[in-house]
Amino acid sequence: MQTCLVVDDSRVIRKVSRRILEDLGFEVAEASDGVEAMAWCSAVMPDLVLLDWRMPAMDGLEFLKKLRGGPGGDHPKVVFCSVENEIESIREALDAGADEYIMKPFDGGIIAGKLGYLGLVG
Amino acid sequence: MIPAQDREFLASLCLARAGLRVDAEKAYLIESRLAPLARRECFSSSEAFIDALRHGADDRLVWAAVEAMALPESEFFRDHHVFSILAEEVVPALARARGGEPVRIWSAACGAGQEIYSLAMLLADAPGVGRIELFASDLSERSLEKAQSGRYSQFEVQRGLPARMLVRHFEKDGESFVLSPRVRQMVRWRRVNLMDDLSRIGQFDLILCRNVLGQLAPEAGARLLDQIGSALAPGGGLLLGHNDSAGKAFVRVAPDMALYAAAEPRARSAA
Repeated sequence: MQTCLVVDDSRVIRKVSRRILEDLGFEVAEASDGVEAMAWCSAVMPDLVLLDWRMPAMDGLEFLKKLRGGPGGDHPKVVFCSVENEIESIREALDAGADEYIMKPFDGGIIAGKLGYLGLVG
Repeated sequence: MIPAQDREFLASLCLARAGLRVDAEKAYLIESRLAPLARRECFSSSEAFIDALRHGADDRLVWAAVEAMALPESEFFRDHHVFSILAEEVVPALARARGGEPVRIWSAACGAGQEIYSLAMLLADAPGVGRIELFASDLSERSLEKAQSGRYSQFEVQRGLPARMLVRHFEKDGESFVLSPRVRQMVRWRRVNLMDDLSRIGQFDLILCRNVLGQLAPEAGARLLDQIGSALAPGGGLLLGHNDSAGKAFVRVAPDMALYAAAEPRARSAA
């Protein structure tokens, strides 16, 4: 089973994302900021990270750069999922190594579509 | 709820005007598509709107009602592998066969433009492919206006459009995302009712007509395939949706997509 780490400081968003991802066949773990996410990834590297941008402790962009620079950090597909919706922000996230970008608010169809494009769901 | 006889009247109108197969039993579906239009046109209810249609409303309103019942293509890169094959294999092969003449591509029911723009974005990034002319048509003026504007909501640009394509080809304007003029200018638009006589529409090397046949009554679908056969240039291809049936006049030519060629190729007519 493919694994996904949902990183978001909102418990509600984590819950909604978890439900959508579990329906798509993922085993889901949660982290509430970049520091927690980093700790999780150094223990077990997931196949997919769904990543918020603005978070306390360590934000999404900083986490992404650390992840991509570390051992095994190329493996997970990283999909940003943020309220940031300026083209420049999206470009910055992609340039830092994100595979895809979702602007909040999202729904199950948008997540399934993006993951389909990345080849993670059939 | 719209009464059964009104739903049947609307269904017969759609069939007569556009060959559309509307199931009069589907009361909820009909109401959900008609109600926004009735409101926009300042009728007190869908029933009042249909009543006006019955009693000689002008043609613009009749068409607006028919168009509201047609379900347009609404996703970028729908079946995304199809678009890679078109841009990387099918269009270059057509370009070689045309030997320097432009390759003419027609999206026959373009809705708000997502299908033809998906192809246009890929071709804009493939400069070696040769001269390409993109045409798009739809029954609905409203859809065509939106398509030409290239302006989409945040929700719409997240339907099928990869983020890299978004940052490459779109600018943000207020809450909307607007496609670059460079890609928009690649496409020419025209209102076409596919049930009209299409004998003067011209010849195309590739016709995209996905997920349209399923919305048409059987006789209307047969008429459309017949007309498409006449509009297909010798050696040209017809792309249908996965679940569309092409009938006997076409043979499938690709294993992994619903691409068809004329079963009995006509000779290339003298220019």
